[in-house]
Amino acid sequence: MRSSTFGIVPDLSNIINQDISLEIFRRMCRVRYFEKGLIEAVKNGTITYPIYLSSGQESIAAAMSLVIPEFMIFAQHRCHATYLSFGGDTERLKDELFGLPGGTSGGRAGSNCIQCHEHNITMYGHHGLIGENVPIAVGAALGSGKPAVSFFGDGATEEDYVFAAMGFAVSHKLPVLFVCEDNNLSILTTVDVRRSWSMTNVAQALGMPAVDIADDPWTIYRKAQEFKNTLPAFMNIYTCRENWHMGTGTDGKPEWDRFNLVKEECNKRGLANKICQIEKETQDQMKELWDKKPLQILSKR
Amino acid sequence: MGQKTVADTIKEVTRNHLTNNHGLLLGESITAVGWVNNTVPDCPGIVELPMTDVAGAGIAVGAALVGRRPIFVIRFQDFLILNGSPLIFYAAKTKELHGKGAPVFVRAIGADGLGPVHSGILHSIFMHFPGFRVCSPMTPGEYEEIWENFLANDDPMIVSEHRVSYGNTQELNDRIVDNADITLYAISSVRFELHKAAEMLEEEGIKCNLVHLLWLKPFVVTERLTEPLLQSKKGVVIDPGYEIAGASQSLAYELNQATGYKVMALGLYDRSKCLCPPLQNKTPDAARIFDTVKILLDE
Repeated sequence: MRSSTFGIVPDLSNIINQDISLEIFRRMCRVRYFEKGLIEAVKNGTITYPIYLSSGQESIAAAMSLVIPEFMIFAQHRCHATYLSFGGDTERLKDELFGLPGGTSGGRAGSNCIQCHEHNITMYGHHGLIGENVPIAVGAALGSGKPAVSFFGDGATEEDYVFAAMGFAVSHKLPVLFVCEDNNLSILTTVDVRRSWSMTNVAQALGMPAVDIADDPWTIYRKAQEFKNTLPAFMNIYTCRENWHMGTGTDGKPEWDRFNLVKEECNKRGLANKICQIEKETQDQMKELWDKKPLQILSKR
Repeated sequence: MGQKTVADTIKEVTRNHLTNNHGLLLGESITAVGWVNNTVPDCPGIVELPMTDVAGAGIAVGAALVGRRPIFVIRFQDFLILNGSPLIFYAAKTKELHGKGAPVFVRAIGADGLGPVHSGILHSIFMHFPGFRVCSPMTPGEYEEIWENFLANDDPMIVSEHRVSYGNTQELNDRIVDNADITLYAISSVRFELHKAAEMLEEEGIKCNLVHLLWLKPFVVTERLTEPLLQSKKGVVIDPGYEIAGASQSLAYELNQATGYKVMALGLYDRSKCLCPPLQNKTPDAARIFDTVKILLDE
């Protein structure tokens, strides 16, 4: 069932406007190269706090942020991609990871608790109990009448309060999009070891539209457009994290590499030059951001 | 004194919040059987939650984040064990972490003598965590005071109510006497036993100062609290919750540190509350307060 092509709608990269494709890729690059600089900073010992990396899972937030930029965001603990894709400031994220006052929460919260309440972004920080953000998103939608998106992992779907909150959203017809970033891993325990049921089936049984798809950004983009009008709804998106649950370590190659698959798809569509340019621009920006000299100064502080 | 009861006051405050202040009230089985001891008005803004004690609290916290200042009703404090997770882990932390409060008004209702799962007094747990205001109003005036305090701040508030207070119309004032032998500090439902305990002690020639405690956190040690103890030189803090690592021990320690005088803690014994009378482990009553004071004074 789980694969890099599961549920992909064929030919969407050809149908969807090229500007959208390029913007998706730009946002994926923003996350990928921000985190490359971050990984380097951790390896150099300039960042010593725990970090939770989004690399490998970038396409979900990149596509979603183009469809629902106005939604209140309730991110999970692995939230760098969400913050950066929806328009968060790289400097502020970096400062937060250093524990500096200029950070997204003044350096008090850290990698897994990123918030944003500027630039027309409303993003609430996660506090570390997986799935906690699901009932909170539901309550925020109930209280404000505004749409919300709740991102969570496959482990969080197993929390009893997640079911209950999704059921409440159905009962009260609340505008919440539930998005499971399903990397198949809770720490390192795979879904098949943990459960025999599908969260998508559960969501459908609760009475909301639900879909299983791989993290092909064009399919995510299209499905999110559809579901945006039929909320509450649930999307289970198969994806692969590149690094450990926490920190920069890896356990070999992930099942698939969506970043390169997207590049290949763009190349097929005649966008090779443009995506090379985007990638280079982003690499340069992030290199400047993570410039080693300021890092060393910060580290000494 | 007026005839407005604590229940009337809660209902009035709630009605005003829901109808004039864009407030919300959430809870389980709110509109069934007596409308929570006749403390909930019949008006718009009430959300019946499904029987989901963790998600329900999370939904209330979400509503707080977007400015609705929800009243979240927990019919028995024992259920705070499940409901505590989003309150402790999210609502209480968000202001300090992110600079944005989640002001949810948690009506946690206490009772006694209803067996192992409906008689708990759990306010002590919430005193332990940063970010909460914790109080235990037992009079109409106190309820109005804590409600104003809630509206004036953006912290989540644990309101440790008690069923025994709902019919009360009277304010409970401190009583300070000359040359007292002991100062009794009481919390929650114990406050209604205080005068009886004092009468029993006075029959033995023991003079008592009586001090009522509304705020458990922040617990500000004022002269109102220390002066009687400085005079009597001995005190007891009495709480209907568990004594070990509970409110009585915590506040007794604070008072001891502030004055240098010995302050004992009196609360529930370290065993589960059971249904049948010999094993109920009930709130310390006048007789138990009497015995404790005698032991302390005999030392």
